[in-house]
Amino acid sequence: MTSGLWELVLRGIWATVQLLVFSALLGAAVSFVVGIARTHRLWIVRFLAGFYTEVFRGTSALVMIFWVFFVLPPAFGWQLVPMWAGTLALGLTYGAYGAEIVRGGLQAVDPAQREGGIALGFTPGQRMRKILLPQAVPEMIPPFSNLLVELLKGTALVSVMGMGDLAFSGNLVRLALQESAEIYTYVLLIYFVIAFLLTRVMRGLENHLKAGVR
Amino acid sequence: MNWDWNAVRDFMPLFWDGLLVTLQALVLGSLISFTLGLVWALLMRTPTRWVQWPVGIVTEFVRDTPLLVQLFFLFYVLPEWGLTLSAMATGVVAIGLHYSTYTMQVYRAGIEAVPVGQWEAATALNLPKARTWRAVILPQAVRRVVPALGNYVISMLKDTPMLMAITVLEMLGRARLFSQEHFQFTEPLTVIGVAFIVISYLASVLMRTLERRLVR
Repeated sequence: MTSGLWELVLRGIWATVQLLVFSALLGAAVSFVVGIARTHRLWIVRFLAGFYTEVFRGTSALVMIFWVFFVLPPAFGWQLVPMWAGTLALGLTYGAYGAEIVRGGLQAVDPAQREGGIALGFTPGQRMRKILLPQAVPEMIPPFSNLLVELLKGTALVSVMGMGDLAFSGNLVRLALQESAEIYTYVLLIYFVIAFLLTRVMRGLENHLKAGVR
Repeated sequence: MNWDWNAVRDFMPLFWDGLLVTLQALVLGSLISFTLGLVWALLMRTPTRWVQWPVGIVTEFVRDTPLLVQLFFLFYVLPEWGLTLSAMATGVVAIGLHYSTYTMQVYRAGIEAVPVGQWEAATALNLPKARTWRAVILPQAVRRVVPALGNYVISMLKDTPMLMAITVLEMLGRARLFSQEHFQFTEPLTVIGVAFIVISYLASVLMRTLERRLVR
């Protein structure tokens, strides 16, 4: 492979990493908002949050990406740049999976902890911030780590829309070289390395957070 | 937002064709992943490291890399290696292979959940190894893994639209075809979005019933 083609691949890696970071941030925000809403005492809040997760977990990520790219512009007059369209579709979809992790983590905290907070006169917000989340979050890290790898694999889907991520630049290089095995092996290896690094970082984070609780 | 029911009506014949292709891919992909996953799980239990290591590394690699790129890999590389499959066959193989690395972990957990006493009893009865697996361990393990396998069937369903990228005309492929011809995107894409929600909901209801039956 020539240096020009490598530059293409590097640009693809950069786009993939950016998309991963942005959609992970949006996904995390959605996860916590919707996940906490699912434990709310008002039924309507729980219902809406549950409806959100069912819809976004029920459809396919790729269908969502098509929807954001092709239906949002004529329907609402928004034309998003590909990076933000991809971020929106991936963040909302994977956030719905993350919401279930947050809900499960919160429900796994011993009920006596919540009762203790009530007995001490904490407001619901204080209970969530000071009692429930610090105990639940470390337990959420391993499933979130898996979800992050799923999200990384999901970022490849934007290449179908012509966004220049790693999978897309792999296709360009294949067309230039007419040599598929080599370039796709590289691309798969790069994804694997990123996934490996992600799981390592998440394991470090888990240890760090657990040390803080004990 | 303007919604055109005529577009929905015109899209429906294409939609049914696409649904059929999606379901075919799902059934075949599931069968491959169920079988191959069990093979991986059994290979991981062989006492030889020389089998465990490569199987462990390969399945980890397949699990942690995007299915879409694996689809491209098989679609473009297999012909170079002199093996030309149809796009549909390539897609089914890729999905089955990808998900076999997930079902493998399900089987492994299921096998490990069989109480040790069952193994000991089989040894006490002097059952041969193959018979122990066939008559004692697997029937108990498989019963435990059905719900988890069902979850992966639903995940597989939601990954079938990727087949569009290698020219298979499943639901999303037909929707794209339709929208390119008529320049109407909203209706076909919404129809298949709703179809996915309905199918995965029905599938999860089916799984819950099956789970209750098996637990009984």
